[in-house]
Amino acid sequence: MPRQTPLNAAHKKLGGRMVDFAGWELPVQYTGLIAEHEAVRKAAGMFDVSHMGEVEFKGKGALEEANRLITNDLSKATDGQALYSGLLNERGGFVDDIVAYRFSPEHIFICVNGANADKDFEWMHRNAKKVKPVNRSADYAQLAVQGPKAFGIVQRLASQKLDGVGTYRFTTGKVAGAECIISRTGYTGEDGFELYVAPAAAERLWFAILEEGKRDGIVPAGLGCRDSLRTEMKYALYGNDIDDDHTPLEANLGWIVKLDKADFIGKAALEKQKAAGIPRKLIGFELTEAGIPRPHYPNLKDGKKVGEVTSGTMGPSVKKAIGIGYVPPTLAAEGSTFQVEIRGRPVAAKVVKTPFYKRG
Amino acid sequence: MAGGEYPKDLKYTKDHEWAKKAGAAIQVGVTFHAQDALGEIVYVELPKVGAAVSAGKPFGVIESTKAVSELFAPVSGKVSKVNAAVTNDPSLVNREPYSGGWLIEVDGGAGDFDKLLDQPTYVKLLETAAH
Repeated sequence: MPRQTPLNAAHKKLGGRMVDFAGWELPVQYTGLIAEHEAVRKAAGMFDVSHMGEVEFKGKGALEEANRLITNDLSKATDGQALYSGLLNERGGFVDDIVAYRFSPEHIFICVNGANADKDFEWMHRNAKKVKPVNRSADYAQLAVQGPKAFGIVQRLASQKLDGVGTYRFTTGKVAGAECIISRTGYTGEDGFELYVAPAAAERLWFAILEEGKRDGIVPAGLGCRDSLRTEMKYALYGNDIDDDHTPLEANLGWIVKLDKADFIGKAALEKQKAAGIPRKLIGFELTEAGIPRPHYPNLKDGKKVGEVTSGTMGPSVKKAIGIGYVPPTLAAEGSTFQVEIRGRPVAAKVVKTPFYKRG
Repeated sequence: MAGGEYPKDLKYTKDHEWAKKAGAAIQVGVTFHAQDALGEIVYVELPKVGAAVSAGKPFGVIESTKAVSELFAPVSGKVSKVNAAVTNDPSLVNREPYSGGWLIEVDGGAGDFDKLLDQPTYVKLLETAAH
């Protein structure tokens, strides 16, 4: 039986089509993926992402402890800043991709993928030397309010001004009476917030936001459009585009790796890979013939397999068949051409500039 | 599936295609249930006119925003018509599964036609699968 989030009854009441996603029962859509996708691009959508896990480091040395586990550099961040980062194994592969919140040098809060929550916690616990992490996953539900109208909706319900909370910044405070971590982050390419709230308060907050956002056209949004929205931005999805066997350098996520900071797990492997040359690159492509790329379809060049599609969809905003996948560095430049093998047939593809979708 | 329509004058397959006589040919499409389960259809790949199809064997592919699914021929024969409107606008299959969203017409499938499921049998199959 899949696990249920505190919003399970709300989804069913709203007509959500429930599926098992990484061991959680969550809505893939309510009315339709394309309508929900467009609502997020043009107005606002709200997602239940309560399956995400949370891990906390608290006490003297918390920052140093967390910083030794992740690729980005919390020592260069300010209090109230969130950092997208890799959590790597010794080979430089992704244990997970995470967002680390710096409350203070003595308090680091990490949001991890739902499917990886137990694995990540175990990994961090095993590798932490002085400050041991605490698994806070059961203490938080999470709502993502995304879209051009999201700021206004959350602001009207908040007990404080949120103008000062810039992108990848966060604060704490009340939204519709519920105490939240209010984070200006998301996974859609749109402005918005992710709200961490106590499970007991989640349902009331969910309906308060839907009610307040009604005049702006907010809709409940399912996992289906969460995936198409992030694919249009070329945001990596763990398990598809990145995993234990792919490094951030291969995934074109060099910007989250700070090789000039103090040691972290995976650093030596990345330095070695950087010196030896990156064997493959994660690129964004479009099909220039009819078809839709899907995960695990082979990427071909001159009839030979040179990589694999890791994500693909018919992009509802870009209105094209787009994909993400690995190719050799020689094929990674914008404009390079290759083929995707779809049901035994090679279909022409071209590397394009990403994100596929540009706001406004 | 609740809310679905299943016309009484059509024949059905367990793979959720429908078939009906269109003159000498058999017209083929997917049922309300098929398009509803797939979600929004964004791509349809159909055979060319003149291609041979076999009853119970794949003849094309239908893709939604969520999934890829094969299409199975209800009858054997030769493709006599292909609905170009659905390859241009795949959402027709969602909007009009039994009219504008038809997929192909097959010549010479009359023998297989009578062996297909009738409407009450297909609806019962859907109800059984839902429990």
